[in-house]
Amino acid sequence: MAQLMEEMELDREDSQRDKFLTFSLGKEFYGVEIRYVMEIIGIQPITEVPELPHYIKGIINLRGKIIPVMDVRLRFKKEANEYNDRTCIIVIEVRDVFIGLIVDAVSDVLDISSSDIVPPPEVNANSNNKYIKGIGKVGSDVKLLLDCEKLINDDDGQLLLNI
Amino acid sequence: MSDNYREPMLEMYKFETNQLIEQLEQLIISSEKSSCYSQEAINEIFRIMHTIKGSSAMMLFNGISTLAHSIEDLFFFLRESKPAKVDYIKLSDLILCCTDFIKEELSKIERGIEPDGDSGDLVNNIKTYLGDLKGVGGISASEKAASSEEKTADNKKQKYYITYSLNGDTVKTCFRAALYFDDGCEMENIRAFSVLHSLKDVAQDIMSEPSDIIENEESAQVIRENGFKMFFNSNSSFEDIEKILKETIFLKKLELEVVEKGEAAPAIKKKPIIDLESPKPVMPESAKPEREKEQAGKSTQQNIISVNVSKLDKLMDLVGELVISEAMVTSNPDLRGLSLDNFSKAANQLKKITSELQDIVMSIRMVPLSGTFHKMNRIVRDMCKKLNKDVELEILGEETEVDKNIIENISDPLMHLIRNSIDHGIETKEERKQKGKSAKGKITLEAKNEGGEVIIIVKDDGRGLNKDKILRKAIDNGLIQDTGKDISEREIFSMIFLPGFSTKENVTEFSGRGVGMDVVSNNIEKIGGIVNVDSTVDEGTTMTIRIPLTLAIIDGMNIRVANSTYTIPITSIKESFRIKENELITDPDGNEMIMVRGDCYPVIRIHRLFNINDSITNIHEGITIMVESEMNTVCLFADELLGEQQVVVKALPQYIKKVRGIAGCTLLGEGTISLILDIAAIVKNK
Repeated sequence: MAQLMEEMELDREDSQRDKFLTFSLGKEFYGVEIRYVMEIIGIQPITEVPELPHYIKGIINLRGKIIPVMDVRLRFKKEANEYNDRTCIIVIEVRDVFIGLIVDAVSDVLDISSSDIVPPPEVNANSNNKYIKGIGKVGSDVKLLLDCEKLINDDDGQLLLNI
Repeated sequence: MSDNYREPMLEMYKFETNQLIEQLEQLIISSEKSSCYSQEAINEIFRIMHTIKGSSAMMLFNGISTLAHSIEDLFFFLRESKPAKVDYIKLSDLILCCTDFIKEELSKIERGIEPDGDSGDLVNNIKTYLGDLKGVGGISASEKAASSEEKTADNKKQKYYITYSLNGDTVKTCFRAALYFDDGCEMENIRAFSVLHSLKDVAQDIMSEPSDIIENEESAQVIRENGFKMFFNSNSSFEDIEKILKETIFLKKLELEVVEKGEAAPAIKKKPIIDLESPKPVMPESAKPEREKEQAGKSTQQNIISVNVSKLDKLMDLVGELVISEAMVTSNPDLRGLSLDNFSKAANQLKKITSELQDIVMSIRMVPLSGTFHKMNRIVRDMCKKLNKDVELEILGEETEVDKNIIENISDPLMHLIRNSIDHGIETKEERKQKGKSAKGKITLEAKNEGGEVIIIVKDDGRGLNKDKILRKAIDNGLIQDTGKDISEREIFSMIFLPGFSTKENVTEFSGRGVGMDVVSNNIEKIGGIVNVDSTVDEGTTMTIRIPLTLAIIDGMNIRVANSTYTIPITSIKESFRIKENELITDPDGNEMIMVRGDCYPVIRIHRLFNINDSITNIHEGITIMVESEMNTVCLFADELLGEQQVVVKALPQYIKKVRGIAGCTLLGEGTISLILDIAAIVKNK
């Protein structure tokens, strides 16, 4: 039984390798590793919580589970956009922390093999580039692959903890 | 390696041992009170120590098991020889020291540290004491090595114990077994001991080589090299014995054979292992009822199972969800204005069942306070001894049940309150006599249910609090300003909870640093409770702790500010009203206040507190809610009241951690989230 579970686990791991969920923010396309993604939901009523950084829009009720949501546009210091029916919340889980990412629109799941991923160019360290783990080439398009751990656990995250 | 082996049993071990130790302490303290150890108490202690020894040896916690073993020896002697003159006070001290040691080790295990404490000194103390009892002169620590004679005596007893269920004349088969352990599994002697232990029910006349397995550390080396050899008699079949032995952990090789009776018997006679040449008639009798009792205990235990608390929490969450979804269905906006007779009947039925379910889930988490209360006996005892006071602890209503979370948080505050009462409250014997009180002080620890709250009262009949002294001290220490204004008695008494407050001139072992009472108020606050102090000079002090029965579900008042909903715990609301524009007073700093029935209260606008736009700003259009926390009262200004509701408290997501003024959140009927206001924090930061 345990062995079977293990095999299934391996299969799952395997089938998730090199797969990325891509979404758009304005003109750019981003990707997150599929293993972080728990589910995708439409935009929901968000309850504001005082004293949080502006890019944490508040908390939502996901079938009884309370999770915080982060506006990725604001996180990347882009202009805020009105939410519409294409706006989605991608719920990701990073080390037992659930968080929703508000994005303009979700496109599809792509296979990007590691040979097609190049490291991001070295620009100054303060730029938002630090959340980009690599750049994936898909045909003639380019997807920016997000580093989920940094996205939620970065120094800004520390700030949050200290509130 | 050893960790993997321990893991599945560790939880159980900790739980069991903790319980046994608590039981033991109770026994000792009550025996001490009646200043004699009854036969039952001695048997019980013996049994407890034996269980602890066995399980600790299994878990490789050597320090604990050797200590338990020596206590077992001591009580064995008490049980069998019934010595006339026993220094019971010293005995109690000694055993309590030992339980402290075991507790310390357990807490190490709890924290995931290897329990490395050395019980050697305690073991020696016990040996000395036992020696004194026997009247053969004790062995001091320095003479320990030279006491080989003593050791064999100990051995006899150990073997004797293992063979206590002997019924010699029906012995049928004689076995010879040799066990070899895996290389490098360590502590072979302890493992061998547990083998002996597992055989004790089925085998008699066990003798082993090496024989001094527990006392002699070097025996491990011998076993490692030559294996562990045993001779024993048994009624059981070869297969049964083999099965039992095969269960030994880290067993590499097992040799088991039936030997001729004549062959083994002389060997048994020769060896000094068995103390049964003249079996004492008391032995089987005293052993038997004990076993029966054990069995009886076992059959009733089947009705109780231990459940992981996290599973209960999960269940609680789910039931909370269920209650919310029920509200979602039955008060669905789509149904508004329709008259659906059958639906409302069915809905009512559902409501009934869910609320019943909720009650039951809550009751599962309820634990009686008796364990926590009885722990205080020990504190009272220790302090009385050290301070030379005579204090009796009376416990009332120990069967009162509270939520498990509360139990965890109540123990420390109670301890501090009781220490405080004994140290500051109860006078010395002489002083009490002068005042015409009985020399024996009295502390009453009482718990009771009242409405939705649990009330815990710590009452002493000591000297009471000195109002003037407290006030002066508070002013001296700069804890409050000397306003010259009249301060109510209650307010003065509550000053003893301020951090850094102590009326004691000298710091003693027990109190005086001004930390304890601060801990009390902090811990109680954490579980949503409050402490009140009442005191009359020379009559005593009463501390009353009020805590909500449960933390997970509260009665809340939902309020609206702009588009957000907030929940205020009903318990902190005093009243709500509308203020007229001209009643509002504004001081030069822009702080708003209002006069209600002659008292002035600050007004806090929630929309300003949390920076909410689009809310009502005209004071007369919204609603003002007067809330109270620890004697302080403020008025909160909100847009409107939405109504009262029972809400399930949920923590804010980990990622957000702590927000000032928000205690948590809850889901409302429509699935929207409401933030629960932390009234205590808001009042404090006004």
